[in-house]
Amino acid sequence: MKVRYTFFIIALVAMLALAACATPTAAPQPTAAPAQATAAPAGKPFRIAVVMPSAANDLAFSQSMIDALGELQKEMGKDKLEFVYSENMFNVTDAATAIRDYATKGYDLILAHGSQYGASVQDIAPDFPNTAFAWGTAVDTFKEKGVNNVFAYTVASDQGGYVEGVIGAKLSKSKVLGALGPIPAGDGQLTIKGFEAGAQATDPNVKVQTTFTNSFSDVALMSQAAQTQIASGADVLTGTSQSVVGAVSVAKDKGALWFGNQSDQASLAPEIVVASQVYDWTVALKDMMAKINGGTRGGEVFIMTFANKGLVMVYNPAYKLPDDVKALADKTVAGLADGSIQTGIK
Amino acid sequence: MTPLTQRFDFSRYNYILVPLAAGGLALLVGGVIIWLLGANPFQAYIGMLQGAFGSPNALADSLVKAGPLLFVGVGICIAYRGGVINIGGEGQIVMGALATTMIVLTFSNLPGLLLIPLALIAGFIGGGFWGGIAGFLKARFNVNEVLSTVMLNAIAVQFMTFLLNGVWIDPTTLDNAIRIPQTQRFPLWADLPRLTPTRLHAGILLGIAVAVLAYILLWRTTIGYRIRAVGFNTVASKYAGIGVGRYQILAITLSGALAGLGGAVEVLAVNHRLFTDGSATGFTGSAGFNGIVVALFGGLHPLGVIPASFLFGALLTGANSLQRTVQVPGAFVTTLDGLVVIFVVASQIWARRRATRRALIEPAPKENVASADAV
Amino acid sequence: MLEQLFAPAVIIGILASGIQLATPYLYASIGEMFSQVSGVLNLGVEGVMLIAAFVAYYVALKTSNLILALALAALAGALMGLLTAFLSVTLKAEQGISGIGIYLFGLGLSDLLFLVLVGTPTAIRGFPELDLPVLSSMPVLGPILFSQNILVYFAFACVPLAWFVLNKTTLGLKVRAVGQTPEAADSLGISVARVRYIAVIVAATMAGIAGASLSIAMFNIFQQNLTSGMGFIAVALVYFGGWRPFRVMLGALLFSMVNALQLWIQTLGIGLPSDIAGMLPYILTIIALIFAARQIVTQPTALTKPFERGE
Repeated sequence: MKVRYTFFIIALVAMLALAACATPTAAPQPTAAPAQATAAPAGKPFRIAVVMPSAANDLAFSQSMIDALGELQKEMGKDKLEFVYSENMFNVTDAATAIRDYATKGYDLILAHGSQYGASVQDIAPDFPNTAFAWGTAVDTFKEKGVNNVFAYTVASDQGGYVEGVIGAKLSKSKVLGALGPIPAGDGQLTIKGFEAGAQATDPNVKVQTTFTNSFSDVALMSQAAQTQIASGADVLTGTSQSVVGAVSVAKDKGALWFGNQSDQASLAPEIVVASQVYDWTVALKDMMAKINGGTRGGEVFIMTFANKGLVMVYNPAYKLPDDVKALADKTVAGLADGSIQTGIK
Repeated sequence: MTPLTQRFDFSRYNYILVPLAAGGLALLVGGVIIWLLGANPFQAYIGMLQGAFGSPNALADSLVKAGPLLFVGVGICIAYRGGVINIGGEGQIVMGALATTMIVLTFSNLPGLLLIPLALIAGFIGGGFWGGIAGFLKARFNVNEVLSTVMLNAIAVQFMTFLLNGVWIDPTTLDNAIRIPQTQRFPLWADLPRLTPTRLHAGILLGIAVAVLAYILLWRTTIGYRIRAVGFNTVASKYAGIGVGRYQILAITLSGALAGLGGAVEVLAVNHRLFTDGSATGFTGSAGFNGIVVALFGGLHPLGVIPASFLFGALLTGANSLQRTVQVPGAFVTTLDGLVVIFVVASQIWARRRATRRALIEPAPKENVASADAV
Repeated sequence: MLEQLFAPAVIIGILASGIQLATPYLYASIGEMFSQVSGVLNLGVEGVMLIAAFVAYYVALKTSNLILALALAALAGALMGLLTAFLSVTLKAEQGISGIGIYLFGLGLSDLLFLVLVGTPTAIRGFPELDLPVLSSMPVLGPILFSQNILVYFAFACVPLAWFVLNKTTLGLKVRAVGQTPEAADSLGISVARVRYIAVIVAATMAGIAGASLSIAMFNIFQQNLTSGMGFIAVALVYFGGWRPFRVMLGALLFSMVNALQLWIQTLGIGLPSDIAGMLPYILTIIALIFAARQIVTQPTALTKPFERGE
């Protein structure tokens, strides 16, 4: 018995030694940039790394960030902006490792794109004072705790939800609207509250029914939730998280209308998606990059709203929205932007 | 029975050489996939080695990742030896973490020297309670543990969401409209000490100690003997007058307790708070399932689980690093894990051959036979 | 508020949802039952479902031929079954663990293929709801039972079929024999390995159809981790059913209907927190089994035990 495990341990040590030997030969590979990254000097691209909990093509939260970075890269050119990402980092231990590794590799800005990553960022950021971190969706930069290189970003998704509620109340024939969410938390819950407020403000007789499936990934349950909503009278639905893809398909089959959130979801069912509230992170990213190039690496909170165009209502061109409703929607967006309309969600 | 010739006999080390070769083969297949994805397999695997072993930080990350696998894996050994299939590790980790969190939040004024042991014990009890339910249902109502543990996993997660999104929610996130379903950060004195400047924490030592204790329990005590006897031959144990149900409850309770302890260590040493994304994996990283794999790779022997969990932790950590290095889709990491598990488990027949043969010759072969056709 | 739950529309809704949700579980569980009765536990159902769900989706996306999509999904399932059988029967691998391997492999590969071949979730036209003539216009029962897509009808047809095959045919007899007493079966000249291969492949083929029923009939879309734990529930339901097709069906219906019920509870605004409501299906399944399992259920004696000749 003893020999067995001694041998096992020897083998382990040997492997470690091998790995250690492999390291120096690997050093000159292109990805391993110098660890010290001061504010990107002219000529060098700005390098961003994103760590996110779901898939980059989730048509929801993670994709909204990847789309924004792609947009920004198109705008600035590939030689000016580089970005890499780690998706499916739903496990926070893995995410922390990824964040630290990207910091070690000298990225200029590391986006911890998930509210569950806060403790990790707080832990890692002080070890890399020359790297900027950003954490979202969140409003805490840990500044009071002496950390100066963390930005926070979030989204006033109640505003988008509000507009959807306004349009939904106008379009609904049954005067019953349905809202679907994963868990009553985060930006999803904010959207739903806004949706309720918007619908109520437009027509007090409208009823908003809410269902939470308690899972970000359970497509089956979410589609049954949509089914249930429709069976109980709802003819306009909205929902958040990547698990709504099945719900959209149910809505299409049953002829209910759909409002997308986070990313543009019109591609899922062009016939019935009225509009999507899209998170356009480019606004926050541009600000952050400007700050970083100016020497500030954290301490500020960016909130995406209609006012700063970080929130955008994207209307589905394939759906014919009546002109008066579209006008009302535009007015609502403008009102939310200039503050004359408040969602009342706090 | 010492062989007459003392020349070096490779087949003696089959149990280690065969799985390593199989793992290598899996990486080879993975390499082809990487190549098909348009990336450089060599660069990828260098990235993997670096991420798993290449620096003190990387080594620490591998060890930290191994932590929950070690706890769950040792627990699985006990359950398997007692003839119980415990696929409820996920729920047991969660329940352990919940119990720990309850203690830390309630007694946050206690000094660390008291608070940490108390919190760890709570985790042990929390996980044990959850495993015990499955054991009780099996012994008392004949409810199969595969069914009950799958269901209990789901219930534990919902319960966690219920608490974190309700009474335990961090009060500071309530001030701003975004509700984040997590507790506040635990007081600093509740942190398990770190061993080095890296993320390596004392929980790993606890894990190793637990593995040794489990070994002593299983092979040096009457209770352990009976657990193994029940798992080895239920009918014979019954005739021998051993309360089969009692020892099966004990086995799965201990198994759950260790998973719970693993959960406690994760909160106290790694996350310093509890959070949820509505799934178990967000917190556990699937350690409840991977721990089963680790237990088998460790020969269903608590001491074997120590190196096995480290290797598996290194594999998981390295695979993520590989993804970062060559930017292949995240799904590749899962695929590679699956390939390694399939190849290594498939290779067991060759690794086992030697052990079985020895088992037939040697006089006191109980544990070898058990591991040869375990459960 | 509670009396709302007993409105006819709600009860019909719960039953209809429950029947629909039960469909993938039925295929997967009935299949898994065959495998387990022959003595092989396949924990990898989830992985098989995912791969087949993707195959069905991809074929439907490219060809719009749903029959072909279903057939190829079943074939993909069968191939995964072949792999499972090779691991569990020929190589005698530890079944719980090879199942986890198959699960991880299926989870990763289906996502990888989706990413490389499709990229972004795009809706397809799946099997439409099929109103059975006359029957679907029946009051009350019509919308519950006879206004579903065709895969739902097939799923329920599988139950008596499985019972018949298992209990009334030579193949069924052999399957049970190799799961109970492989040594005796072997001495009677039955090839234990061959029968187990057949059972495992049948099981995986059904898991494949289960996956397809999600991607081309229920959601008409594919996404990473589309099944989200359904395969594991399906395995648990086999234990619930005590390896008997009709009881497996009852388990699937119970679990699905309680799930539908909890969604209705939320939708109607009855003040039960969503997380507590979400626990209901799992708790009630356990409780139901506590009452049902009183009569001794005989697990296939050789379940999870590889057969070794001359032991």
